[in-house]
Amino acid sequence: MSTAPAIPTLHGSATVAMPVEKAFAFFTGSFGSWWPADYHIGQTDMADALLEPREGGRWYERGTDGSECEWGRVLVWEPPHRLVVTWQINGQWQYDDDPEHASEIEVRFTPDGPEQTIVELEHRYLDRLVAGQAIHDTIGEGGGWTAILETFAKSAEADK
Amino acid sequence: MAAYGDVDLGILGDPTRRAIFELLARRPCSVGELAEHLPITRQAVSQHLRVLKDGGLVVATPEGTRRIYRLKPDGVAAFQAYFQRIWDDALTAFQKAADAATEPEQEQQS
Repeated sequence: MSTAPAIPTLHGSATVAMPVEKAFAFFTGSFGSWWPADYHIGQTDMADALLEPREGGRWYERGTDGSECEWGRVLVWEPPHRLVVTWQINGQWQYDDDPEHASEIEVRFTPDGPEQTIVELEHRYLDRLVAGQAIHDTIGEGGGWTAILETFAKSAEADK
Repeated sequence: MAAYGDVDLGILGDPTRRAIFELLARRPCSVGELAEHLPITRQAVSQHLRVLKDGGLVVATPEGTRRIYRLKPDGVAAFQAYFQRIWDDALTAFQKAADAATEPEQEQQS
C-alpha cells in the first residue's frame, strides 16, 4: 500500500440560541473564550486562541508566557454563514506550512428561526495530515501525541 | 478505506476508555500497568481494552507471558476517534458558552 488510507470526514453540530449573525460573531470573535483550553499545541498553557477575521487570517493560540503557536489559516471568510480554516499540524504537533499537508475545517451557520442557529462543522482531508507522514509514523509509539495528550490526560484526571 | 468505515466514534466517549487510550498514547502498556494507573480492576481494564481493540484503536502483542497493548500503528482509527472527540467537546463547549452568553436576556429551558 503506497498511499495512506483515506480518513473519513468528521462531522459535528451544535444548536445555539442566537441569531445567525451573533452566533458567527461569537464563534469567531470569542474563539478563545469557548474553545476547551485542554486542546492546545503550544508548550505552555494556553491563555487564548484567536482567529483573525479575514481571508488569509491566522488561527493560532497564545500561551500564558505570550508565545504564539499557529494552528492554520482562514481560507473562506463569509460572515455570517460560512467559515473555512485549515488545520495544519504535523505529527510533532507543530505547524506545518505546506498547504498539501493541510486539513480543512468548514463551519456553516444556518438560521433556525430568528433566535436560533444551527452550527455544523466538517473536518476533511485528514489524510493529508497522515500523508504528511509524521503522525503516521509516531502514533504507534506515542511520540508525537505526547505533548497534547499529556495535558489532556492531566485535565481528564482532574475531572474525575 | 472500508475497513475504517465502521469505527465506532463513541468509543472514546467513555472516560475510562479515554484514559486508557491516553495512557497507551504515551507508551505501550500491559493490562497490569494500566490497572496501576486507574481506579479499576484488571478485569475491567481488559474489558475496555477489548472494546478498543475491536474498534481498531489498539493492538496487542505478546511479550513473554504478557500482552503489551499499544495504539494501532497505522493510527487511522485512533486518529479519527481522537479528532471526533475534540470536535464533540469543542462544539459542546461552544454551545454552553453561547447559552451562558445569552442567559441574561432570556431565561427558559432546563
